[in-house]
Amino acid sequence: MREIEAKKITETVKDLCIQANYEISDDVLEALNKALKNERSRNGREILRQLIKNADIAKKERYPICQDTGLAIVFIEVGQDVRITGGNLSEAINEGVSRGYSQGYLRKSVVGNPFIRKNTNDNTPAIIHTEIVPGEKIKITFMAKGGGCENVSRYHMFKPTANREEIVKFVLDTVDQAGANPCPPVIIGIGIGGNQERSALLAKKALLREVGKFSSNKDTAAMEKDILTKVNKLGIGPEGLGGITTALAVHIETAPCHIASLPVTVNIDCHAHRVKETVI
Amino acid sequence: MEKKIVLPLDNKTISSLKAGDQVLLSGTIYTARDAAHIRLVNEIKKPPLNLKDKIIYYSGPTPPMPGRVIGSAGPTTASRMDGFTLPLLKAGVRGFIGKGKRSKEVIDALKKYKAVYFVATGGAGALLAKHIKSARVVGYPDLGPEAIYELNVTDFPVIVANDIKGKDVFEEGVKKYRK
Repeated sequence: MREIEAKKITETVKDLCIQANYEISDDVLEALNKALKNERSRNGREILRQLIKNADIAKKERYPICQDTGLAIVFIEVGQDVRITGGNLSEAINEGVSRGYSQGYLRKSVVGNPFIRKNTNDNTPAIIHTEIVPGEKIKITFMAKGGGCENVSRYHMFKPTANREEIVKFVLDTVDQAGANPCPPVIIGIGIGGNQERSALLAKKALLREVGKFSSNKDTAAMEKDILTKVNKLGIGPEGLGGITTALAVHIETAPCHIASLPVTVNIDCHAHRVKETVI
Repeated sequence: MEKKIVLPLDNKTISSLKAGDQVLLSGTIYTARDAAHIRLVNEIKKPPLNLKDKIIYYSGPTPPMPGRVIGSAGPTTASRMDGFTLPLLKAGVRGFIGKGKRSKEVIDALKKYKAVYFVATGGAGALLAKHIKSARVVGYPDLGPEAIYELNVTDFPVIVANDIKGKDVFEEGVKKYRK
């Protein structure tokens, strides 16, 4: 049994909150640079140039990449041979988020009750997804998810007899309706299968994959490529002003499902795509 | 070529702006997002600032680091403010800065009241912050990041999205590249 102190988890989460909000990841920056080379629209190229410059200013001069520093989403895989000492797991994570958002000068964007809408003032509670896995390590993946892109998520329960084209059309409609609001060029996460809540979680988890890396399953990868090509023919472009770069990547995750069901969720992430990961 | 514009906007300048133009704004703008809009519209007869000829920027900045004017300060989704826009136009607001498409009602109202809607780059809050030279709260301080801030900006980069002729950069831009 390996012992890990709760305060170590707090420190790690705090660091991830700050790092994710100030330092754009290499995969995203590479995708933006590639998009700038290919983009044909004049306004689209100007937007992409600004985004690349923005990433540089954020990192070097310490300004958050975006003022919507997001709802804190924490995926935590806890090895079953780990014992957490000196505190409880969810409190340790939330304390890390609270410290990260205050010490990192990040915006507090959480309200405690959906109707009363009073700010909790420290960006907690985080959305925490815990999984028990083999081993004696803890893997923490932090995602700062903005409201603009989360607001355009969509779920649909298809008939089990639905074909791939119907699902592709659903994804295209979702991206088309979203237009400029999720801050294109976007990353599209799609969860297919499971049940209602599993498909939503799969869609979110699909976003965690390295940008531009296709699925290891050949059929799924082919569907990702097909959707990416079609999404970029919608013409939405950077910030929705028209262009050939609407999505940087499409990631699909699948899971077994009931014989009567075919649930599909689409979750879109903006181009800032703030995801960071650490193993303790 | 980008056009340089000094605020406030006068009739001649507004008439010269066309959807799609890249513009650099210098002068004073005011932030307001969802929560501030509800209050502004409820108190439209007695708002905390005179709205005549003002530019409203849909933004809720991050808190500034010590010694800085402001934190990251990019635009938020404008369509959430669509339902609150007409009373502000009636009170004299001449322009809005945000991200994303507006409703047909807003586009028509902009035409009627001779006002413009600009887009700033969503997710470029660090770059945009560098163009903000001063910031102070002038309304609803209890709203924190959603308070109304008066910002003095220099060469703040925006694109005209809806001009006074009713043209829409989103519709025209997307049509051009849709296959």
